[in-house]
Amino acid sequence: MMWVLAGLAMSAGTGAWADTVVKIGFAGPLTGPIAHVGKDEQYGAQLALDDANARGVVLGGQKVRFELLAEDDQGDPRTATTVAQRLADAGVKGVVGHVTSGASIPASRIYEQAGIPAITPSSTSPKLTQQGYRTTYRVIANDLQQGAAMVGFAADVLKAKRIAVIDDRTAYGQGLADAVVDSLKRRGLALVGREFTTDKATDFASILTKLKAAQPDAIFYGGMDAQGAPLLKQMKQLGINAKYLGGDGVCTAEMIKISGAAVSEDVYCTKAGIPMERMPGGKQFNERFKARFNIPVQLYAPYSYDATIALVEAMKQANSAEPARYLPQLQKIAFKGVTGNVAFDASGDSREGGVTLYQFKSGRWEPRN
Amino acid sequence: METLLQQTVNGLVVGSVYALVALGYTMVYGILGLINFAHGDVLMVGALVALEAIRLIQTHAPELGLVPTLLAGLSVSVLVCMVLGYTIERTAYRRLRNAPRLAPLITAIGVSFLLQTIAMIIWGRNYHTFPQLVSTTPLEPVAGVFITPVQIAILVVSALLMMALMLLVNKTRLGRAMRATAENHKVASLMGVDTNKIIAATFIIGSALAAVAGVMFSSNYGIAHYAMGFMPGLKAFTAAVLGGIGNLGGAMLGGLVLGLVESIGAGYIEDMSFGFLNSSYQDIFAFMILGIVLIFRPTGLLGERVADRA
Repeated sequence: MMWVLAGLAMSAGTGAWADTVVKIGFAGPLTGPIAHVGKDEQYGAQLALDDANARGVVLGGQKVRFELLAEDDQGDPRTATTVAQRLADAGVKGVVGHVTSGASIPASRIYEQAGIPAITPSSTSPKLTQQGYRTTYRVIANDLQQGAAMVGFAADVLKAKRIAVIDDRTAYGQGLADAVVDSLKRRGLALVGREFTTDKATDFASILTKLKAAQPDAIFYGGMDAQGAPLLKQMKQLGINAKYLGGDGVCTAEMIKISGAAVSEDVYCTKAGIPMERMPGGKQFNERFKARFNIPVQLYAPYSYDATIALVEAMKQANSAEPARYLPQLQKIAFKGVTGNVAFDASGDSREGGVTLYQFKSGRWEPRN
Repeated sequence: METLLQQTVNGLVVGSVYALVALGYTMVYGILGLINFAHGDVLMVGALVALEAIRLIQTHAPELGLVPTLLAGLSVSVLVCMVLGYTIERTAYRRLRNAPRLAPLITAIGVSFLLQTIAMIIWGRNYHTFPQLVSTTPLEPVAGVFITPVQIAILVVSALLMMALMLLVNKTRLGRAMRATAENHKVASLMGVDTNKIIAATFIIGSALAAVAGVMFSSNYGIAHYAMGFMPGLKAFTAAVLGGIGNLGGAMLGGLVLGLVESIGAGYIEDMSFGFLNSSYQDIFAFMILGIVLIFRPTGLLGERVADRA
């Protein structure tokens, strides 16, 4: 009895002169070839929590302070489950992540079992939300929407008839490539080649040589910039004149940097979501981001910001940081974020998932639609 | 037809880089019976040091021509890797010379992690653009078949280096001492061969070749990265085993065969298997060939000619 009283006194004591800490987890690749994408989203989440802390959030009469607990999943499915379990064990109240679909899908099961809501800022594989988990959400368009947009563009604007598809066999790359293949079939365009590589490869000469013989008008690559750039280079080196199409993984500043002279106006990519300059709060966000982290926004930081704010808003509306209490509010959430209106449909997908098409022009990605 | 020819060119280019790296594995194995898993990472250090040197030259002496800049960068990286190779042997392996075989093997894996981590701290985790100082504009010597000047340089330089190495091992005093040490280093040392020096020389030569391979690899693909040594290292090790580990000619043959098998395999696997397999089985295909060769020739393609070991 004495011990209990002492314990009560102690917890009351800490409550009196320190805020209650609410831990929010972040998981993404913080090392490895796409560490820049992971860091970007980590910073986005950090900025959101900084803002929430600065404004001051009171839950259940207690002033709370949000803390970000960032874990490195290396973009690897196995590491992702370990990291997810670690976050669950650390008692995080919500998770922003993971970054890649390959990591998000296995991790989502662990969050579901632990009952912790996880919002991914950038995993676009349709499989993620098809699992029927009530804790899985995303703030970005999925690949079905992205693939359809790219194929429509290739057919209507580029007048491409023969299209070849390559992917890197990751959940992300494969999901995107499959979505493209599906849309090709639906539009009655010819799929003249389907090749595969890995997310660690550097040499694509043999699969490209094979595709060259099929004389494609365009080659679609489902994968990340670290492979997409050498692939583009090798296309030019093999004298392939087909247009290069890619998903959001190659729609990066890194892609332009690594491709060097090989990147030309024949290179197109789609991004789930809308360009920062067209986001309602985009310009201001980029400036604040640069001021805080000394680096411009790479890719999905605004989405990661909105995902984090969605968690905080749901907690505010439920007046509790307990997942079981605020999860129903998260489902019903609707607010104007940096990227646009944030709201989820019944499966946890973003209601307003826009897709933007880009073309490489005068040194940067220029939006086409 | 031109597709097959193009695939052969692709395979030879990749294969000659594998062969150059495989030589380093096989030389060390021939002499010490040690699989130096850090060898692939020496390739990575070679590429990144060359990148750093080239960047320095380009900022401080931009008037230097493209090829001299590349050669200067290459020389710096070869020197650094020679020192690195010696240091690895001296600090990590020499003390374990008489330890059970597993100890140096595990140490080698440790050195590999160490090199990768140090490189990650120095050069960060991002991919770096490797300046393409030799043109990568494709030439078309035969209609429909493309090869870039970098790739021609890779073929020529590898062939020259391999010939030079063969001469060194078979015709010089150092080479004779290397062969003697490979045969039996206790007896060699009784005959007055300073085996420690010879083993150090082997590491230095192997590392120099890895540095050249690294620079060629990065010049061809235009990228450099702290983990870039892993794949070529693994493939080169496979090539060394395929050719008969410990055998110099075997490493070269193994490298070229592996390059060709990979490239032609990836290009034709789908037709050959009537659409049942596709290019995602590219690596499995290469390892399948390795398996089949090892079933019929357990010592590799050229494994039995022990006299050629070095």
